[in-house]
Amino acid sequence: MIISVASGKGGTGKTTVAVNLALSLNGHYPVQFLDCDVEEPNAHFFLKPHILESKPVFLPIPEIIDKKCTYCGKCAEVCAYNAIAVLKDSVLVFPELCHGCGGCSLLCPEQAIKEKGKRIGVIEFGKAKDIHFLHGKLDIGEAMSPPLIRAEKKRINRTRIVIIDAPPGTSCPVIEAVKGSDVSLLVTEPTPFGFNDLKLAVETLRELKIPFGVVINRSDIGDKEVQNYCSRENIPVLMTIPMDRNIAVAYSDGLTIVETQPSYIKEFLKLFKGAENLKK
Amino acid sequence: MKQLVIISGKGGTGKTIITGSIAVLAQNKVMADCDVDAANLHLLLHPDIQETHSFSGGKKAHIHESKCIRCGECLDICRFDAISEDDDGTVLIDPVSCEGCAVCHYICPSEAIDMKDSVSGEWYVSKTKYGPFIHARLGIGEENSGKLVAEVRKKAKDIAEEEHRDFVIIDGPPGIGCPVISSLSGTDLALVVTEPTLSGIHDMERVVQMAQHFRTQAACCINKYDINLQNTNKIEGWCAENSIPFLGKVPFDAQVTQSMVQGIPLPEYGINPASEAIQRIWEKLLKLLPRES
Repeated sequence: MIISVASGKGGTGKTTVAVNLALSLNGHYPVQFLDCDVEEPNAHFFLKPHILESKPVFLPIPEIIDKKCTYCGKCAEVCAYNAIAVLKDSVLVFPELCHGCGGCSLLCPEQAIKEKGKRIGVIEFGKAKDIHFLHGKLDIGEAMSPPLIRAEKKRINRTRIVIIDAPPGTSCPVIEAVKGSDVSLLVTEPTPFGFNDLKLAVETLRELKIPFGVVINRSDIGDKEVQNYCSRENIPVLMTIPMDRNIAVAYSDGLTIVETQPSYIKEFLKLFKGAENLKK
Repeated sequence: MKQLVIISGKGGTGKTIITGSIAVLAQNKVMADCDVDAANLHLLLHPDIQETHSFSGGKKAHIHESKCIRCGECLDICRFDAISEDDDGTVLIDPVSCEGCAVCHYICPSEAIDMKDSVSGEWYVSKTKYGPFIHARLGIGEENSGKLVAEVRKKAKDIAEEEHRDFVIIDGPPGIGCPVISSLSGTDLALVVTEPTLSGIHDMERVVQMAQHFRTQAACCINKYDINLQNTNKIEGWCAENSIPFLGKVPFDAQVTQSMVQGIPLPEYGINPASEAIQRIWEKLLKLLPRES
């Protein structure tokens, strides 16, 4: 089963829920953990994996073979991302705009374009207790995280319970991270910002047809709008975690809830059962 | 005219609370919300929308089932795993996965695939009591948030120039990827809002490096600094070592949540330790933003 943990708003506690769920399941089930927030991966602070292997990820970008090129302009015409410009006697490639679709090299009538790999980041594999750990790290200055997330997700091992820590937001990196999950958990907080972004995340998951439940973190701050919305929309609230300064302080030092308050393991196992029941 | 962007790397550190406060503190400016896929600043600024523009980020592939000869060429060629075949061999294109590269359209031997514009969002020009405000909403699960950010930035800059405004104040998205780069490029200063947690520190370092990579000056401040004083010291030390101006620290304050629930920017919610700290940060920011020659 693949469970992704997402939220519209950042900082609501995605990583907290994902790592505590993984640690609670460890020992009961084989677990694989994927941190797909490749722009700002943080789960390793809490799971403290022993990294065993590191693999760079490359995006295929065009390289012009000058002596074959006739400057016909076909590649610039077909590139949907304006990543190639053809001048009278030269071709300019803008790697930062390239999505690596391969169209230019495929459609060049002279076969004057080959592809070379441009490094965009790295995937690291490791073990945290019995949890198989995987995260991606986008290189600084690189714009495109989806190819890195895709490369990471190719390593999913379906024989394990797979937990995916998704990035914040609702656009392409989030879609890439949650796509193919059996269930999603949306972590929110009961504030106007949390509520606004929860509604966007709900629309996203409905569009993707992924069943989902909500976890309300810091459940006793703010107002009642999130609760009311979930009951109105028949969205199951699978867990609530009250505001607790001890949790916040422990978090700041890379400590998990289940380490500092082991009574929470039960609650996270209940969350897992709740998620399992949502699976189609 | 100077452009200031507020970013954080990590989400939820308090970017929008600080941007909303600057909306009150800064004079003669244009506000812009560039967190286009989870925008929140409008919840504090209460915009009166004057203009709505639709945004098309790109195209998506559509297949005509009647023309499709089920040769499977498009399935092999798509690098975004957007094309699949159902049990009876019908070829399907998943619009969410399609990145609009059009390679399938070009190679299809029976011309069964068309590229169609996808409306992927809206952007707005609004009036607020704090001045003009440009904001946007990206369609659900859409691509090209960076391009929508660029539209918002352009309009904000145009208005600032036309109306001789002194600042464009930009609320940025979390992360370090495409929409963040688009929010940051060409600004005069990036204010990085972090928190004293291991995640906050790690993400701040990455986002500061990203700003430096694009040659934008970065300055830092800490929100909820009293959650972990040791980490707060580490951040201040890191900033000093790396010559990153450190502008101040905001205490954890329950009033912040209350002001958000009321939809009121913090400085207008009353005098409290957090709003006073933000006021001091703004005064330091003003000194950092180089004067017009």
